[in-house]
Amino acid sequence: MALHLEIVTPEKKIFSDTVENVYLPGADGEMGILPSHAGLVTALQPGELRYLREGQVNTLAIGSGFAEVGKDKIVVLTDMALGESEIDEKATEDAIQRAEEKLLGVEHSMDAEEVAYLQGIIAKQSAALRFKRKHMH
Amino acid sequence: MANLRDIRRRIKSVKNTAQITRAMQLVAAAKMKKAQDQAMAGRDYSSQLNAVLSDIAANFSDEEVSHPLLEVREGNRELVLVVSTDKGLCGPLNTNVAKKLRAETSADAKYVTVGRKLRVMLEKTQKDILADYSVHDPVPFADARAIAAFLTKQFVDGKFDKVSIAYTRFVNTLSQVPEVIQLLPVKPPEQSEDSGSIEGDSSDSLFEPSASEVLASILPLYVNFQVYQALLESRATEHSARMVAMKAATDNAKKFIKELTLEYNKVRQAAITAELLEITTAMKAME
Repeated sequence: MALHLEIVTPEKKIFSDTVENVYLPGADGEMGILPSHAGLVTALQPGELRYLREGQVNTLAIGSGFAEVGKDKIVVLTDMALGESEIDEKATEDAIQRAEEKLLGVEHSMDAEEVAYLQGIIAKQSAALRFKRKHMH
Repeated sequence: MANLRDIRRRIKSVKNTAQITRAMQLVAAAKMKKAQDQAMAGRDYSSQLNAVLSDIAANFSDEEVSHPLLEVREGNRELVLVVSTDKGLCGPLNTNVAKKLRAETSADAKYVTVGRKLRVMLEKTQKDILADYSVHDPVPFADARAIAAFLTKQFVDGKFDKVSIAYTRFVNTLSQVPEVIQLLPVKPPEQSEDSGSIEGDSSDSLFEPSASEVLASILPLYVNFQVYQALLESRATEHSARMVAMKAATDNAKKFIKELTLEYNKVRQAAITAELLEITTAMKAME
């Protein structure tokens, strides 16, 4: 029984292939998906996505978004999906710092959406950074 | 018959024009590739988003799920986001959007504009423009987010009952379709065959953390994306239309140069023949 995984970001379709299982960072914690899973829609939080393909475990750092799970198909919609080699530690640290500085500059009560957006960036980039440090050899 | 110097001057001026249109064609072609790729890439994401949204909608009736962005109100006050180009020379692109706008939106609608061309048109016809945005090239997501935030605020504050987008959908390089779509209140899209929706009976899906929370985070994202996609599509069509228009202009100029050159040679030949004739006549007369 095969499971088709699709990972789509606004910029492009990152991944589309058959895999054996997928682990997602769901809103309520990590969840593992095997073929023939019940229909499910879940929010994702920034973190690590793992999938097993041809006996090999692959990992990606993903941002926030959604996953829709069907019987033999998973669609992951996220605003970021990066492999270890694609993450630049320095650039990521800079991005976090920039967002934090901006966050201090924004009046919290004035622009709730901007605040949420910046916090989103920080969460996403921090996840990328943790991922990079964990997998760096 | 026109004189030689006039024709020479015209050939020169047409050649200059052809050079300019050719340069514009090349620039547009380069930008077009990028813009088209971006628009096509965005479609994957937005069609998946549509699929998820329509799955959620299929799961619940209207009473169960409520969200400010879904609220259908009586009233007829309409706000339209008009996406046009900043520069001209792109064929009938903007005129087509304007036509569509007249046909499909109410006459007393208010407007938010992107792009100079239709803003100027709307100003001339004394329409009410609430805001005007300029969008960078290539389109950054942040620009779409700002516009979507403004539109959402207007709707949620109850100033308008309906928000639409008028833009040009990209079909291929030669074909663009002007379209008016409803942005707010969000109408869950119909499930289509190729939407990438997950097969099988989706009406018993689970939701995590809960359906209303998933909906609350997916709807703003959906609105942002509709705006973003409309901007991308419009940008892709702008460059495509400009490239096609400039290619046609260059081709026309080339044809024109050919005709003028033929005419020039004919006139020159006629002048030489006339001169020869005069000389021979003079010689005959002197014999």
